[in-house]
Amino acid sequence: MERRNFFKKGMTLLTQLGVLSTFAKKAKAETNGYDPSKHYYGMGIQVNKCIGCGKCMEACKEENGVPKEPFYFRTWVERYIIKKDAEVIVQSIDPRIDRIGNSVPENEMMRSFFVPKLCNHCDHPPCVQVCPVGATFKTDDGVILVDSDRCIGCRYCIQACPYGARYLNPVTSTADKCTFCYHRITKGMLPACVEVCPTQARIFGDIKSTASPLTRFKRMFKLHVLKPSLNTDPKVQYADLDGEVR
Amino acid sequence: MNPVNEHLYEMLKQVSGYIYPNEVEFHWSILIVVYPYLTGLVAGAFILASLVKVFKVKQLQPVYRLSMLTALSFMIIAPLPLQLHLGHFERSYEIFLTPNFTSAMAMFGFVYAWYLMVVILLEIWFTYRRDLIRWAETDKPVMKFIHRALALFSKDTSEEGERFDMKAVKFITIIGIPSAFMLHGYVGFIFGSIKANPWWSSVLIPIVFLFSAIVSGIALVMLLYMVVTPLRGEKIEIACVDKMASFLFIAVIIDFSLEMLDFIHRLYQSEESIKILSDLVMNRLFISLGIIQVLLGMIVPLVLILFIKLFRVDEELRKLFYFLAAILIQMGIFATRWNVVMGGQMFSKSFRGLTAYKLEIGGMEGLFMTLALLIAPFFILALLIKILPPWEQQSAQS
Repeated sequence: MERRNFFKKGMTLLTQLGVLSTFAKKAKAETNGYDPSKHYYGMGIQVNKCIGCGKCMEACKEENGVPKEPFYFRTWVERYIIKKDAEVIVQSIDPRIDRIGNSVPENEMMRSFFVPKLCNHCDHPPCVQVCPVGATFKTDDGVILVDSDRCIGCRYCIQACPYGARYLNPVTSTADKCTFCYHRITKGMLPACVEVCPTQARIFGDIKSTASPLTRFKRMFKLHVLKPSLNTDPKVQYADLDGEVR
Repeated sequence: MNPVNEHLYEMLKQVSGYIYPNEVEFHWSILIVVYPYLTGLVAGAFILASLVKVFKVKQLQPVYRLSMLTALSFMIIAPLPLQLHLGHFERSYEIFLTPNFTSAMAMFGFVYAWYLMVVILLEIWFTYRRDLIRWAETDKPVMKFIHRALALFSKDTSEEGERFDMKAVKFITIIGIPSAFMLHGYVGFIFGSIKANPWWSSVLIPIVFLFSAIVSGIALVMLLYMVVTPLRGEKIEIACVDKMASFLFIAVIIDFSLEMLDFIHRLYQSEESIKILSDLVMNRLFISLGIIQVLLGMIVPLVLILFIKLFRVDEELRKLFYFLAAILIQMGIFATRWNVVMGGQMFSKSFRGLTAYKLEIGGMEGLFMTLALLIAPFFILALLIKILPPWEQQSAQS
């Protein structure tokens, strides 16, 4: 074969392969029937509804294969006890070990409440900014994910997260965190924690939608986010949030 | 209890107050303390060398080559603690292939490569080129080949060639000074840019890192010079040590002032985190910060050098005081790195509790590995001194 012909045929083949792969990608996206650019997810949490049962934590660990030890959480629930002398006591509840008792006598308590925590899926995520290899990224639908095949396990993102929402998965040695149960939501299902919450303290939905439960939640309550001064612009918003919560 | 996580259950006992559950695991170990310590020594040693070439400080000529070789030895080991710390060591090349340009850490590879390849190696090559050719003439076969290869088989020993070498060295040093500033200022930026962490998040951190780097580099070369020269049976040139001590004195004062400024600024602004940071300093870092870093690592060395400057002290006592000051400074700078890296992780980002760090003895991130990483540069330096004797030029001159 002449050199000219060889190059000509080679170029044609490459172009054909490129076109085929584009069609294949498109076909795959269409089979899933999910277009990320048409969604933008967020979560609302109504603090007063949380009863601290910890079902969300259990469901999350089961659903996402999070290590069972009490050092790895994609979501957790904090209990705040504010005493009459203004002292604040915070505990992280662990439903597997025991139901937490009242460590403070009732007559000394001013108020007490539970606060569910998880990755805030910030719109300006510091974790994405610092990841040296781009393993942590923001999807078109606003979810912050970690590509465990690319993560080098440097833990810079864990240091950069102001909310303590990340941990190093001891099995994969890569950074791990809440994904809003991305494998579920892209199929139209709810995140596991939202699904199991007996009091519907967690509301998940599409920020872009005009009729989602989240939009209704945002209309009904005065909302607050955690650590607003850091300008991370969280997409997890809280109703009835106490000023003591960080 | 899973034995893999047994240490984390132990850590739970060290927690006081409330920390987020994911914070029980200490994420950056002692290896991340060693990393800025080593890079600081590189930058400091280089800046000392540049005083000779750019600022024509003739008294420091005896330590010029030693400083350059010291910088190279420590530079070779500097990235190792980072690499060993990674969860996926085998993927570290990704930093070069697919860097995320918004990440301070992603730039490390490029800053490192620039500094090693363009600054240190080139400057050493131009400094040694003519000597390498000269040595190769009288060497035994193996060394002859090594020296010829290191000279890149150059044979030009002309005056013109030497003039070019000198010019090149000066030019590289001029580029090298901002590069050294960039190298260590950048390491400071890795910490200083983390807004989630009030202990790290400060514009002063890169500058504090830089001056502490200069302090540690000068002190290290001073120690090396004072140890190696008598071992060679030579006399320590006290004028050279005096000069190094003078620069050391100024650098320590600037470093001390910057750290005090940072401290006073935080105290005066008294932001949300002040209470937990005060608890951190008083309960977790009192010895490493108050005693080792500030008192032993800065104030005592300053007093020792000041004493020499104010009173007529005989040469032997001067050497002793300098030696003591340099050792204390090394200890102090290591404590500085410890306090930054560990201090930033010992309090919860909920600002409601403290945790502690437990150093393992063995293992990838244990005490033995740390000692190995701290000692390794000295072995490399010994090898470099063997291949590229930094004293040859002086004996030739004399």
